[in-house]
Amino acid sequence: MPLGLLKYTLQRKYQGDRYFPAYRPLRGTYDVAIIGGGGHGLACAYYLARDWGISNVAVLEKNWLASGNTARNTAIIRSNYLTPEGARFYEESMRLYRSLAGELGINLMYSERGHLTLAHTDAAIRISRWRAEVNQYLGIDSELVGRRELARLCPELNLSEDVHHPVLGALYHPPGAIARHDAVAWGYARRAMESGIEIHQQTEVNGIRSHDDGSVELQTNRGPITAGKVVQAVAGASSEVARMAGIKLPIRSVPLQACVSEPLKPFLDPIVVSGSLHMYVSQSTRGELVMGGATDPYPLYSTRSTLDFTEGLMANMLELFPFLENARVMRQWAGIADMTPDFSPVMGMTPVSNYYIDSGWGTWGFKATPVCGRCMAELAATGKVPALMRPFELERFNRMEQIGERGAASVGH
Amino acid sequence: MKIINCPLNGPRNAQEFICAGEVKKEPPQEAAINDWADFVFLENNLKGVVHEWWCHVATSYWFIVTRDTATEEIMATYPPAEFLAGQRRTGGADSE
Repeated sequence: MPLGLLKYTLQRKYQGDRYFPAYRPLRGTYDVAIIGGGGHGLACAYYLARDWGISNVAVLEKNWLASGNTARNTAIIRSNYLTPEGARFYEESMRLYRSLAGELGINLMYSERGHLTLAHTDAAIRISRWRAEVNQYLGIDSELVGRRELARLCPELNLSEDVHHPVLGALYHPPGAIARHDAVAWGYARRAMESGIEIHQQTEVNGIRSHDDGSVELQTNRGPITAGKVVQAVAGASSEVARMAGIKLPIRSVPLQACVSEPLKPFLDPIVVSGSLHMYVSQSTRGELVMGGATDPYPLYSTRSTLDFTEGLMANMLELFPFLENARVMRQWAGIADMTPDFSPVMGMTPVSNYYIDSGWGTWGFKATPVCGRCMAELAATGKVPALMRPFELERFNRMEQIGERGAASVGH
Repeated sequence: MKIINCPLNGPRNAQEFICAGEVKKEPPQEAAINDWADFVFLENNLKGVVHEWWCHVATSYWFIVTRDTATEEIMATYPPAEFLAGQRRTGGADSE
């Protein structure tokens, strides 16, 4: 058997394709440069080629592909937001996600589990009903369910009234899903590279200057490049990169931590979220419980883990799933979230011409990857802000027209 | 950053405090709406040493913290009067 395997390995005709084409040197000029090789930047690159035939594009990533928040989020996809602007945007994203695996030719393990947002107070019930009404008006599958229905949907949930915060009901969103976040980035990257788009890893932008002819010059650790248009998609470093371009953003950088348990037998079908208890949990296909809580209480650029976080989270987890008391936490990590004052993203035009921004994705960025990539590509290609994206422009703060998104996760309201 | 040295109460557990964001200079009443929007919504959000408003919740005591947002180290804490007087002396207005 080992000999047979060796023979198989050495035979030329069985050699597999490279997933990504070979490395190419950085050139001096591009039509579009995308700063940030995470899900959003790679999606933008893919849609630039697919929808607009623009392939003279460089994606500049300071680390490795999808090494930032694309690899650190908890992979939940849903569209049951509170504001019509937000719900419409995320619903379009879910529509794109459903056919994405086939389009990209990679298994995204897109798994529709149903999403339950638990309500523990009358105020939370009221907000849930409000969200359900907004969602239904926009054609999104979302409803308020009571305790009996909840016991059927999630029999493992502790519905005892003899706890600190008894569950009164939940907002139920049947299409709520989880997906393999790395695969989303890899799929987009591969398709983008097949169209001739260059992806440069270990390439950090450390200076931005705009020229009189409208082009933008980027200083990188591998030399300068000039691009006709620049898209910035660097969640977690948005303020620092925008500062190089002379742009000030309404963003605070706050760590958001998450952790996974050891693998357990499959028992949890839906994704369970509780805003009052600051926790959310889903069970991955490997059986690990993927758990997260609230963002850290102060701004920070360090992705350290804290015991405060795990302790606080587990106190609440055990109230909802007491039988997990002996389960162990396997890994814990943090990502830096771009928190905005209204819990909505900041996308679109900036005061710098031909410099477009995709930022402010706080705790809600992964689910928006396809629609945001497509909209940013349209903006970079046409110079016009797509209608879906218009409510989220940076300019909204000067008009005092915030999109107060109380349907956002991991944030206190 | 588990203990914060409150100028009024001495060293206390960090969970007793809230962070209210960077020290900013308020624009004059007659300033343009964009300057007000800048003051209310926009942030320097520096990676490095910043001056921030913090509050010890139990005693409602507001003070200034100088800390490094890259390393999570607190350099100093001061009563606001002392800090703001220092700012006037040096003529520096913003936290930059």
